[in-house]
Amino acid sequence: MEKREKRYVPVVVRFETTGKLRPLVVEFDEEHQYVVDKVLDVRRAACQRVGGVGDRYTCLIRGKETYLWLEKGVWFVEAKK
Amino acid sequence: MDRRRHILHCDMNCFYASVEMQRRPELRDKPLAVCGSQEERHGIVLTANYIAKPYGVKTGMAIWQARQRCPHLVILPPDMDEYIRFSRMAREIYEDYTDQVEPFGLDESWLDVTGSVRLFGDPVAIAREISGRIKFELGITASIGVADNKITAKLGSDYKKPDAITRIGEDNYREIVYPLPVEDLLYVGPATSKKLRDIGISTIGRLAECPVEVLARRLGKMGAVLHTFANGRDSSPVQRSDHIPNIKSVGNSATTPRDLENEEDVKLMLLLLAESVCSRMRELVSRCTEVEIYVRDTELNSFSRQRKLAAPSCSSQELAQVGFDLFQKHYPWRRPIRSVGLRGAGLVEAQSSLQLSLFAEDQRRDKWERIDAAVDHLRQRYGYMSVRRAVLDTDPLLGRINVKDGHTVHPVGYFGG
Repeated sequence: MEKREKRYVPVVVRFETTGKLRPLVVEFDEEHQYVVDKVLDVRRAACQRVGGVGDRYTCLIRGKETYLWLEKGVWFVEAKK
Repeated sequence: MDRRRHILHCDMNCFYASVEMQRRPELRDKPLAVCGSQEERHGIVLTANYIAKPYGVKTGMAIWQARQRCPHLVILPPDMDEYIRFSRMAREIYEDYTDQVEPFGLDESWLDVTGSVRLFGDPVAIAREISGRIKFELGITASIGVADNKITAKLGSDYKKPDAITRIGEDNYREIVYPLPVEDLLYVGPATSKKLRDIGISTIGRLAECPVEVLARRLGKMGAVLHTFANGRDSSPVQRSDHIPNIKSVGNSATTPRDLENEEDVKLMLLLLAESVCSRMRELVSRCTEVEIYVRDTELNSFSRQRKLAAPSCSSQELAQVGFDLFQKHYPWRRPIRSVGLRGAGLVEAQSSLQLSLFAEDQRRDKWERIDAAVDHLRQRYGYMSVRRAVLDTDPLLGRINVKDGHTVHPVGYFGG
């Protein structure tokens, strides 16, 4: 399996009136800012690959499904090494 | 009608170590132990993982002993906040199935799912679902025992580890439970175990078949209780989530970062402990009528002494003073002290009408209590360190311990006492 690392990332988020969070843009680094086209699913899950437990957002970014995690108020992704 | 209850006992395997392995994948194939911090001298193994256990690393062992048995052991300090977070998340899973969830420490819980079987399927199916969710949502494993009472359910969760479900019913009770060593039973500690083994009772089966009169003669009231436990006839209920136990005392103790050498040290520690105890009593809207101190010296000899108060109190000044009097009276100072504790017992409701007194001492007590309450309030808003007694700064090492919020996992008793 591809090596991955836990990478904390800044995320632009909208707070809905229902209290839900809707991640809008994942600012991976200077050159890579990913717009989240759609959130397909949110559930609590353990991230076994890089470690961590929190709310897992299944996001549609540029036609691909990607997991974005919110753990203790901080966002992270499983980044390629 | 089927009157049998359906009880699960969920036990998260090697809990502290599992949480650490979950969040640090690089440690998953290494022998690992979570240990009390060495600098503050609580240097014992709290939990070891399944890789370390075959080396003989056990809970309660000193760090140096563990290192001797397993030289490449990875030692981590505990992160209680994280373990509490995992424990809370597990509880949220349990509460999807029943509101009768009774925790036993951070890593174990009993669930009464008697009323949930029509909704979620038979108890083993519920256990399977919970086990799957703990794995998916928390990334760790649990062992679950399924039975018709709490004691047998616990034997079930202990029976096969890790990541297993064991159902114990009438059909397989003798086969599974009878050969187990008697020490596996809750409340058979070293002392009881010795008494039982002295009369030839080494397994739970032997205990179950022993006439109850013999046990009562040997062990008193506990003999009869253990006899019902061994026969799988425990009828104690699983407490509901919102159950508030009838608390009879509030205590705190601390193993200090350095030995206490003189009375000033002890006075300071008692003040710290009294503040914590009183603040917790105020949270419970109670006052205590009795003060108890506990002292353990560097050779681990310990004693406790108590005294009744003239009137109920939750003044930290007063509790510390009474504690200190007791100490002065009973400690001969043969050795320095390793840990001290203070307990307020005989709690009474603070709201119930207090006998007012004409004497000055009571007015003073009231004044001190109001000062304490104001301090609580300030600390709640601005943090523990925002307001402190000046005397605590005379010894920064001892004075900066926060006994109240510093993580003590208060032991819970099975009988809800």
